[in-house]
Amino acid sequence: MTTAEIALTPGARRRARLRRRFLKRPPAVFGLVFSVLMVVVALLAPVLAPFDPAQQDFAATLQQPGGAHLLGTDELGRDVLSRIIFGARASIQVGVLATLLAIVVAVPLGLIAGYYRGWWDPIIMRFTDVLLSFPFLILAVGLAAILGPSLMNATLALGISQIPQVIRVMRGEVLGLREEDYVAAAVADGATDRVILGRYILPNALSPLLVQATVAIPIAIIGESLLSFLGLGVQPPTPSWGVMLAGAQSYITQGPWLALFPGLAIFLTTMSFNLLGDGLRDVLDPKMTLV
Amino acid sequence: MSALLDVRDLSVRFVTEDGPVQAVSDVSFQLEEKQVLALVGESGCGKSVTAMSILGLLPTSADPSGSVSFDGHNMLGMSSGQMQQIRGKEISMVFQEPMTSLNPVFRVGRQVGEVLRRHEGMSRDAAAKRVVELFELVGIPAPARRVKEYPHQLSGGMRQRVMIAMAVACNPKILIADEPTTALDVTIQAGILDVMRDLRDQLGTAVLLITHDLGVVADIAERVVVMYAGRKVEEADAGELFAHPQHPYTMGLLGAIPRVGSMRGESRLQEIPGLVPSLSAPPDHCVFAPRCPRADDRTRSELPALTEERPDHFVACFYPGERGGAK
Amino acid sequence: MTAPVLEVTGLKKHFQVSGRLSATGELVYAVDDVSLAIAPGEVLGLVGESGSGKSTTARCIMRLLEPTAGTVTLLGQDITHLSRQHMRPHRRQMHMVFQDPYSSLNPRMTCGQLVGQPLELHGIAGGSELGDRVQDLFDKVGLGDQLRHRFPHELSGGQRQRVGIARALSLRPNLLIADEPVSALDVSVQASILNLLVDLQEEMGFACLFVAHDLSTVEYFCHRVAVMYLGKIVELAPRDRLFADPKHPYTQSLLSAVPVPDPEVQRSRRRVVLQGDIPSPMNPPSGCSFHTRCPIVEERNKVEEPVLRDVGGGHQVACHLVGPSGEAPKLVEEKQGV
Repeated sequence: MTTAEIALTPGARRRARLRRRFLKRPPAVFGLVFSVLMVVVALLAPVLAPFDPAQQDFAATLQQPGGAHLLGTDELGRDVLSRIIFGARASIQVGVLATLLAIVVAVPLGLIAGYYRGWWDPIIMRFTDVLLSFPFLILAVGLAAILGPSLMNATLALGISQIPQVIRVMRGEVLGLREEDYVAAAVADGATDRVILGRYILPNALSPLLVQATVAIPIAIIGESLLSFLGLGVQPPTPSWGVMLAGAQSYITQGPWLALFPGLAIFLTTMSFNLLGDGLRDVLDPKMTLV
Repeated sequence: MSALLDVRDLSVRFVTEDGPVQAVSDVSFQLEEKQVLALVGESGCGKSVTAMSILGLLPTSADPSGSVSFDGHNMLGMSSGQMQQIRGKEISMVFQEPMTSLNPVFRVGRQVGEVLRRHEGMSRDAAAKRVVELFELVGIPAPARRVKEYPHQLSGGMRQRVMIAMAVACNPKILIADEPTTALDVTIQAGILDVMRDLRDQLGTAVLLITHDLGVVADIAERVVVMYAGRKVEEADAGELFAHPQHPYTMGLLGAIPRVGSMRGESRLQEIPGLVPSLSAPPDHCVFAPRCPRADDRTRSELPALTEERPDHFVACFYPGERGGAK
Repeated sequence: MTAPVLEVTGLKKHFQVSGRLSATGELVYAVDDVSLAIAPGEVLGLVGESGSGKSTTARCIMRLLEPTAGTVTLLGQDITHLSRQHMRPHRRQMHMVFQDPYSSLNPRMTCGQLVGQPLELHGIAGGSELGDRVQDLFDKVGLGDQLRHRFPHELSGGQRQRVGIARALSLRPNLLIADEPVSALDVSVQASILNLLVDLQEEMGFACLFVAHDLSTVEYFCHRVAVMYLGKIVELAPRDRLFADPKHPYTQSLLSAVPVPDPEVQRSRRRVVLQGDIPSPMNPPSGCSFHTRCPIVEERNKVEEPVLRDVGGGHQVACHLVGPSGEAPKLVEEKQGV
């Protein structure tokens, strides 16, 4: 309607506009800032943590937040803040690596299923359906139990569990992109499948993929927390927010902060990635012309 | 006779994320009773925005100024309650894409009937009867059967007729048609134009036609306003405009249309180099200057006012007419 | 008589429609027995309204779709059912300009990359030579060199269409298929693109299949014109003959419906007004597919399908009411023209 009348000026810098649009959304900005903050914390954990997270101090057990121990101590006198900081490491590591694993495996499968169709599509989709028939967390827990408890196995289990969803997103995108005129133009050029997939389809599927990734990371983080909580992920003394939550159960009346802070950390981190993903999705949606 | 619709110095500014956009600058025209007036221009000229502003259909990012007088009231200042009284009853609108204007889950007869029941307070039965009459009026064959159908069961041309029926249901004084035939095939288009002409004759409805198609203008318009980059650049009766275009843009448009009967290679289509500009503020010089073969320092620094170059024929140009070096 | 660049015989394309409103497995008869030929350097216009099948015909010829039946022969080679891999060498001889300048260019590639793509893919040029060739092509279509590094969304509709044309002509194909190349553009821009096509066609001498719904642009550019209705060609003639002496009732109504941009002439014309809608290609009428709307329909037409017959002077018509030497009923007495 009227938006068509306001012709887009040719030459407008797309990135600048996207940046502007993004910055107009406070939740998205918060999401970006906090997510980046968490990643930085994870990377610089040894530098940032005031104490060694594994160091026990029986003179200072179950201390309330404040003073030398900003967030208090746990039943073994370990500094909660330092454990939270190092816990970020485990969470971000698993979150990012599991998502990466899912992407590396699922994107090619989704591409093949959506582009070639034929008999690839049914095979890949049936495989996806099998995986999807298990609720995500059940699948992750099951796999982790089979593989044995460790950070690496948790990453593996969570990554595998995310694969079906990414395949579906990718396949859906490709199905749509295949019908675009510019892909037909590439066929008319005489382009090989590799060129079409690599220069025409994949680059145009990146936006939804990026959004999907920012949403997959928090899912993996929660998954890691759950696995650790159940004892299937990170093994003590390595701190992880899930492990901290598990330990906090027994001391819930004496030291509620032991559950509060890891819980808050999980909540804020997952929420910030989700907000970031939402913001990216809104901003990258080509149909939005006016804010 | 005072005009039915009097638009004076209408300007519309939009606030967008790329900065302000001046969609319409100081546009004035009058629509008389029973008249068919066409607003002509290419995309980006502001004709649709002008039409939307009459009925208060602009988005909140729009900032209109000037006056749009209908029946003694300025439409620009009206509350939405007052507007709702007028829309569909005194002034109604038909859009380009009938499929998106009709609700897909209700039968078409019911949708048209709704207008009657709301504005005229008709009972359901009375409205149903009138709807069949209206369908006949707009040339829908087998109207009694058609009223029971859903929008997706109708062709594009039929849907547009339904839209027109809905628009004239309450016998409005003005029908605004925004590119009513652009999305239709040419054989269907002829039928729709005939319907609009008949309505003007039978119901006395004035028509404000928004279009980019000069062929449609030649078919049905009595008076024509040519718009470019949000400004009115020429206004005249249809026959006069086509026979004696004064503004270089109008001449360019007419020259750009291939006419049936033109031999290939003998007459080259006239090109207008450059692009339609998007203005961020009201212009202070001739808007067409960047693309005009007659541009000079004067046109690039001064804004031409509308002058009556020929009887009842107005142009905003310093060098109008057949003279002047148009290639 | 030189061999035609393109020969299409009995082309059919039927689409399967699954479920929806219709009964199971209904077919859309998009293209239903189309035959045509294009000589070297000739421009053939393919005109029709919605549902006529003209775009589907173009895509079948371009082998973006695989025909259900019939043959498509390009420069003497049968390309009807070639796999994508085997089609590739033939793609050097034909290319396509698409209708929508906003969706036919990859938004992630620069205009220079897009125009150079065919040259690169077929190994014709690379490196700096590629850059030079692309620059030449940009020149040829009237685009400034600085636009090479811009992305499509930074260009206007007319400029994008020029990019599409440059790309399509980069390999100097024998056949260019233009699928409504100006329909989505403003009038003033249409003129410059049409002029460009005329110039390039004269200079490079390629054959062209020009698909359009607008008869006046077809008349401007084409040597011969074919009129399609519901998947079939109903009339095919040299341009001047078609416009001076249209024989098929549909052609006559089509010509009659195109408004003339001259109020005096337009309003004093007696026009053919067709009743009813264009039937759906899923359910084409029996016999002559035009009989539901034909003003001079006779009983025979409802049952028997007319065949495309030659009535002399390269003029072909598919109508029962046209005599063997071309005597055709005139629906309105009017002179088309200047």
